[in-house]
Amino acid sequence: MSLSTQHLLGIRDLTKEDISLFLQTAEQFKEVLQRPVKKVPSLRDVTIVNLFFENSTRTRISFELAEKRLSADTINFAASGSSVSKGETLLDTVNNILSMKVDMVVMRHSASGAPHFLAKHIPAAIVNAGDGINEHPTQALLDALSIKEKTGKLEGARIAIIGDIMHSRVAQSNIYLLKKMGAEVTVCGPPTLIPKYIHEALGVNVSYNLKETLEWCDVANVLRIQLERQNQVLFSSLREYNLSYGISRKLLDDLHKEIVIMHPGPINRGVELDSDVADSKQSIILQQVENGVAVRMAVLYLLAGKTPVSNN
Amino acid sequence: MKSILTGPQLAITIKRLAHQILENNIDLENTVLIGLQPRGIYLSDQVVTEIKKELSADKVKYGKLDITFYRDDVRNEIRIANHTDIPFSIEGKKVVLIDDVLYTGRTIRAALDALLDFGRPEKVELCVLIDRRFSRQFPIQPDYTGKSIDSIISQKVRVFWKEKDGKEEVVILD
Repeated sequence: MSLSTQHLLGIRDLTKEDISLFLQTAEQFKEVLQRPVKKVPSLRDVTIVNLFFENSTRTRISFELAEKRLSADTINFAASGSSVSKGETLLDTVNNILSMKVDMVVMRHSASGAPHFLAKHIPAAIVNAGDGINEHPTQALLDALSIKEKTGKLEGARIAIIGDIMHSRVAQSNIYLLKKMGAEVTVCGPPTLIPKYIHEALGVNVSYNLKETLEWCDVANVLRIQLERQNQVLFSSLREYNLSYGISRKLLDDLHKEIVIMHPGPINRGVELDSDVADSKQSIILQQVENGVAVRMAVLYLLAGKTPVSNN
Repeated sequence: MKSILTGPQLAITIKRLAHQILENNIDLENTVLIGLQPRGIYLSDQVVTEIKKELSADKVKYGKLDITFYRDDVRNEIRIANHTDIPFSIEGKKVVLIDDVLYTGRTIRAALDALLDFGRPEKVELCVLIDRRFSRQFPIQPDYTGKSIDSIISQKVRVFWKEKDGKEEVVILD
């Protein structure tokens, strides 16, 4: 049993077996994280650089913790305060870092396809920590692990992805993963935030009716409204968005069943999710964060198995 | 293919191992048993069953340990991890590690590392079904041995278990 890929660029390139292997290994790392010593020596000969060209709290801390729990050496790089502002190109920056003998690169970048570009030009293993509006594969894996834990299965599970589908790499990675694992997916949001032809292209159901969608699903993954990526007016105001597509306590209480609420963070409280929903028992938002470390440990561990260690 | 232990012989040997462990650890008062994943579990399950015939079940503390993340050959091949389940503290306890075949000693080396992440045991003992003498790459010896055999590196020792392989037997493959 092994991975079909050397990098984790997106869920699109993975096979069903790859995804199962990531999830299965993550479950074992969850147990490691319960031990008195939450650390294993697996990657003590591996050096990993975290390249964050875009802001991040959860993902960066989660990757860093995962690397430390695996005993890897880590270097952190944030674009602000680096030579990127002096005009150095992405490839130059990365090649300079690699010449210091680095084995793996974890990268977040605002340009879609940036990690794919790197993977073609440099010898290290690349892990995509989010690229533009393309993919965020480790988020999809941790969402899948959380859904599996909560509902017991992925196959046949009914998942609704709600909100800004157009600008969301989380939505795209989640859709690829859930469809590959045999789940049913409905995307729901205002028509301006749902790409045309998404039904034809990705095989998901499209709904503009929030209440119907919530009634249908077992799990609702609520996305953040990404104002920083919207360069035109796609809905009239945040308040109006909240009234038509925000999840409120009353909306959930009116449903005929109890559904699970997920959110990849950071939450815009009072916009896509009301506070009393985000903090309720139905929400597994903090479990998602907890699973993030285990999933990223699994990804780094399994990819390191395919990485030739420098000086070797 | 040469048979080393047949099914009935295996049952007697496992019974003896269980009794030897009890002989050295009266009532298992300060002793815990830990089987090594994946294939050591079949032996440890049976040893524990035998011990429970002599002692009440609540005196037997039995866990399972997976050592995949502690291996020294991570870079050579990907191995799938199995579940670790040690539902008690090993701090200050005497631990009996149980595995099916002792060969190079590398698995036990990794197991000792893994074990120490759970606490500081007072003593660690090793129980194996088959000891392949003269093949060791680390200074590790068993305290309880089902059977010692002299084999060369090109040979393979295979233990078949009923739950997994449909029969119980130990064989040498050339």
